[in-house]
This record gives sequence, C-alpha cells and structure tokens, in this order.
Amino acid sequence: MLEARAGALSKRSIKTSAKIAGIRLAISCMDLTTLEGKDSQGRIRSLCAKAICPAPQYPELPSVAAVCVYPNLVRFAKDALAGTGVKVASVATSFPSGLSSLEVRLADTKAAIEAGADEIDMVIDRGAFLAGNYQGVHDEIVAVKRVCGDIHLKVILETGELGSYDNVRHAGDLALEAGADFIKTSTGKVGTNATFPVAVAMCEAIRDYARRTGRRAGLKVAGGVRTTKQALTYLVIVKETLGEGWLDPSLFRIGASSLLDDLLMQYEKELTGHYAGPDYFPKD
Amino acid sequence: MTGIFEYAAAPETTKPVLREEYGLFVGGRWLRPKSGRYFDTINPANEQHLARVAYADDEDVDRAVRAARKAYEKYWRTMRPVDRAKYIFRIARAITERSRELAVLETLDGGKPIKESRDFDIPTSAAHFFYHAGWADKLEWAMRAGAEPRPLGVAGQIVPWNFPLLMAAWKLAPALACGNTVVLKPAETTPLTALALAQIVEEADLPPGVVNVIPGDGATGAALVRHDGVDKIAFTGSTEVGKAIARELAGTKTRLTLELGGKAAHLVFADAPMDQAVEGIVNGIYFNQGHVCCAGSRLLVEERIHDEIVVRLTDRLQTLRLGDPLDKNTDIGAINSRAQLEKIHELVRSGIDQGAVLVQQSCSLPERGYYFPASFFTNVQQSHRIAREEIFGPVLSILTFRTPDEAIEKANNTPYGLSAGIWTDKGSKNMYLAQHMRAGVVWCNTFNQFDPSSPFGGYRESGFGREGGVHGLYEYLAH
Repeated sequence: MLEARAGALSKRSIKTSAKIAGIRLAISCMDLTTLEGKDSQGRIRSLCAKAICPAPQYPELPSVAAVCVYPNLVRFAKDALAGTGVKVASVATSFPSGLSSLEVRLADTKAAIEAGADEIDMVIDRGAFLAGNYQGVHDEIVAVKRVCGDIHLKVILETGELGSYDNVRHAGDLALEAGADFIKTSTGKVGTNATFPVAVAMCEAIRDYARRTGRRAGLKVAGGVRTTKQALTYLVIVKETLGEGWLDPSLFRIGASSLLDDLLMQYEKELTGHYAGPDYFPKD
Repeated sequence: MTGIFEYAAAPETTKPVLREEYGLFVGGRWLRPKSGRYFDTINPANEQHLARVAYADDEDVDRAVRAARKAYEKYWRTMRPVDRAKYIFRIARAITERSRELAVLETLDGGKPIKESRDFDIPTSAAHFFYHAGWADKLEWAMRAGAEPRPLGVAGQIVPWNFPLLMAAWKLAPALACGNTVVLKPAETTPLTALALAQIVEEADLPPGVVNVIPGDGATGAALVRHDGVDKIAFTGSTEVGKAIARELAGTKTRLTLELGGKAAHLVFADAPMDQAVEGIVNGIYFNQGHVCCAGSRLLVEERIHDEIVVRLTDRLQTLRLGDPLDKNTDIGAINSRAQLEKIHELVRSGIDQGAVLVQQSCSLPERGYYFPASFFTNVQQSHRIAREEIFGPVLSILTFRTPDEAIEKANNTPYGLSAGIWTDKGSKNMYLAQHMRAGVVWCNTFNQFDPSSPFGGYRESGFGREGGVHGLYEYLAH
C-alpha cells in the first residue's frame, strides 16, 4: 500500500500556475550540493554564486536554501555566501559510511561547525542499526546533537541500505526521538537513494511524531532527484502527508545538484512555451 | 484560503467521439428501435445532456436475441477456436488503442474520476479481453479430463452503471471465448461505453450478431430475462433485481449467474500497519465514490485502536479532492445519478437519526451535478440500517470488536457475502480469519485488487457464479 500510495501521489498532475509555484518552492527548498573528492575552492565559489542567483535572467527566482559541502570546504562556502540568506550545510561524521570511531565523528562535526557550518548532515551507523543495536544508534545521534547545540542537525538514514520500509520507519522514529531536526533519506553515494515510497514513510514518521510530541521536524530527500517532475512529486508527497505547513525551507529540503538546471529549464518553458537549450543556463 | 502550492486545474483534454444519437447494435448493424423511443444520457458532474440513445422494448429484445441465435448457429459455434481468439484479441487491442477516449467517455457518462477510468477501468477491461482471447483455443485444459468444452448458446447479459465498460468486458470476454453469442444490456444511466464497445466490435469485423448491444431500462432487462431464446442470463446489479430474476428463471432451463450487492466487512486489528490500513480503508470505501459492490463499507476495528483510526481517517479525509471528474487530480467524482444521490442522503439521515456520529470531509460541493462528500460514521451499532444496508456511496460505517472470534461473528453477520478485508501484520491470524470469512473474495493487507485470472463472485445474497479465471469459464460452458 505504501508503494501504491506513492504511485498515486506521483500521478498528480501539476500544471501551469501550480508548476510555477512548485518550481519556485523547490528552488527555495534546495540544498545545492557538491560532494565530490575533486571539489575545490573554485568549484565551491561558482556553486555559491549560482545558489544565490540561480538564473540572472530571472531575478524573481529565489535563492536556494543552502549549499551542502564537505567539512574542509565549509569556510570557502561561508565566505562566498556571506551576507546572503543562503546557509552552509556540511556533511560530517565520516560521511558517507560513518564507520569511524565516535570520537573522530564528533571531532569531524565540531570542525565543520567551527569552520562556520549552519547545518550538519550526519549519517547513522547502518551496520549497528541492522545488527539491532538501536540504543547505540540512538545514543550516537544524541551525542552529535549535543555537539551541534542550536546548529540544525539532519540525520541521514541511508534508506537504500536499510532493506525494508519497516526499517526506514523505525530508523526515522529513532532519529526523531534522539533529537534530529530533520531526517534525510540518503547520502547519494549508494545504489538506491531517495524514492517516493521512502519519502511517504518518512513523512508519516514525522507526522506521527509531531502529533505525539508537538515538535515539528523536517524532511530532506537527497540522491537521484534530477528532474522537475520528481521534485514536484516530493512536494506533493509532503503537502498531502504532512500538510502545506511543511512546504517551507525550515521543514523541507531537497538535496540535489543537476536538478536546479532542470527546474530552470522547466520554469522558462512554463513562461515562454518553449524549451531553451541547457546552455542558456549556467552549469555549476 | 489559498495555499502556497495549490494544484491548478488539470482537465483531461482528449475529446471522445460522441455521436448525437445512438441506435441499437443488432445483427452487426445500427438500427432504429421498433419502440420508436429514445432516451437522454447526461453527465452527472454537471447535468448536461450528452447523447440520445435508442430504447429497446420487447420487440427489439426479440430481434436482438434472434440475431444472436442466427450468429451462433451460422458462425460462432462452428468457428475454429483459434479464429474466435483472433477476434477477441482485436477487441482487446482496440480498447488499448482507444483507451484515452474510452476513459473520457466513461467519466463523462458515469461521473467517476478520470484517474480511475484511465488507470483502472479501461486497462482492466482490455486485460479481460486479452486474458480470455488466450483461453479460446485452450478450453480443453479448463475441463475435466475427457470432457469436451461446449458453448451454451445465446447469453443475455445485464450490466450495472458503476463500472460500465469493465462489467461489459467481464461478461462479454468469457462468453465469446467459450463460443457463445451475446445480447448485452447496459445500464440506463451509462450506455455510452457499451455502445463504443459495439463500435469496436463492428470495426473488429466480428460476424454480424455475435455481439448485440441494446440500451434500455429495467423493463428491457426483464424482457431479455423472459425471452425463451436465451440460454443463459448473467446479471450484475442490485440484490432486489437479482432475486426477481432468480424467481423468473426458477424451473426453466436457462442458466443463471448473479453478482449482486454487498456490505463487506473490513477488519483492522491493533497489530496492523496503521498508515497502510488507513490507505486500504480509503481505497475500500471511497474508490469510485463507493459505487462498488465489493466496497469495504463496514469497518470493524479492534476497540483499543478505534480512536487512533478515527483521528487518522479524519485527517486523511481532508486530503481527498472532490470535484470535476475530468480533472486528473480529482479523487472523488460525481455520484452516478440523482436517484442514487437521494438514496445516499436517505440512508445517511437514518444513520444520524439512529444515533451514529457523522464525520465528513470539509469541502464545498460544485453547484451543479450530483456530489456527496467522503464521509464516515462512528458509534455505529450492528442494528443500525447503515450497518446492514448497502449504501453504495462514499459513506463508511465504523464498528468495533474485541477478539478475533468476535470479529468473525460480526463480519459474517450480514445477508451478503461478496468480499472482506483483513489487516494484521500477523500471518497466522490473517490465514485463520480469511478461512472464516463467508465472502467470495478476501483481501489480506490490501483491498480492491482485481485480475482477469482471479475468480470473483459472492456468497448468499451477494449472488452465485464466478467471473474471471478458470471458474468464470465454467459459467459459459455446458456441463
């Protein structure tokens, strides 16, 4: 039924004014991401410029929510984004596997924060989770959150490695109870990343947690979100599972890179009725 | 209040080929009715006129049955089964090719959401023809060893308005595959897709008279049932009419299958996956505005999760989108007819009068057309009319139970027995309960799953005989 529900939501027809509103919303909720071994200072600078102003010919479009980078690059991003509303998110805790000692992971987190990160994207220990050490996974999230303090913590469940929707739901519940500000689907580094059914399951966890405790946590979908159609479907899933109140960068993010280019192309198409070539937009 | 991400109107734009006037399709030709009468069919979503349709009276029924008999003797019974199969495959392919147009036509004439006619009615109709085309030359394998498959002759088939094309497909495909010829009477409020199917039959070049389509009302159906040239009657519709047909045919040689009403028990245990169960409940009762004979209209929940289910269902109700059935984002379309809308109102009033508590989706209804908001009743007792009678609308009755045995007892405490649903994550409990449901179809941790290979049919006042699968073939073979 979860897949059937996700399938039904993915068939919502989002056209004309809804599509334009959705594209703007998707941009404003985006964590524009680069997580490659070859990332450099220059690469970060150009990405940040695009994050602030995605398309110079459409100044009415919002900036993205954040730029998401590796810890070593946080300070460059922080410089490039100074004075704008765009946040710097850093992956941490030995991203993407998380398989270092807790001390190393906490130090990694601390370093990212000291370099100026506004948000931390941590990974859970999937091995421990699958081995049934739920308490351990919980306690590690608590420990990272303690280092973060007021810094926004997104907890990556890496759903592609959890093996079942039951596990996704359980890991989501566990992360929320441990104090996650956001739960996030994926690192983008494994075979299966964000999917529609997984997003539905995580929205349900967030909704039930909010009903139980009154605290509203957020959702971040990441990995494999490349098309406007996918992004709009995630907006539909959030809207119809959590409500429109969640359609805000403070409660919903899309982690992506090339998605922004497709959103811009679709935006122009909605305005002009024609598709422009990809070279009419900056590729960063 | 307008939100930040409101869905804009997304109407289906395909235009169906709609004639101003439809005759009777008899003997391979479009005829003016001997009755001289025509009736209007309207769009229940806005009450606008769609087309004028010929009305078949006794004399027209007689012509159709004679045409079917002639086609049976002259072409169909002696045709090589593999050739019959080719014709049925042609129909299946034509439905697939014209699926968008048929979907729009179904939605216009019946009021169901385009997403349902597009994603369910039309593809499932095509699937039934494909499936049965495959059977046509393999019927020996459906029989006991040594038995020869022999058709019955002329089948009179009367279909309802809730799934007009799909029910026609369920009836036509096995009858044709087994070598019978057919007189089909579509429902009075929804004749158009059956007539479109007649056009497809014509274009597929079936021998004249193998399929005849005669629109009309209850009197037309009664004339078909009474006609002594008919070897078999297959009826899907209300229990009341089904009983009248059974009385009429008692003691005659005419074979009969009935697929009638239902008041399905939908059981939810405390160990069920809650969100999945809620989706199942929503699908079970609000699919096709609840105009579904196997709808999960009696929700039985374990007492200790009653409040939780009600909270979740109340929230979920608000996300259902009611409105123009042609809009691709519509979840709840129009009620099929004014008469049906009045019946729903009457039963809902009785529920309120008898002390049940009504919860509805809060939305404004379109000014024109027949609409009823998605609704459920709590505090329903077994003795209430809304717990016993088929509402055939988007209205759910919620009752409670404490133990599995009490669940079984309450589930079976109905004169009907078409379908049942069970939600529990415990496999052994699921199997135990499924064995004890007196219902033709039992869905475990899902609802409303249909496949041509799976037999469908009822117990007791939900009728007898099966449609689909090997079992469905037996209903159209002599034995």
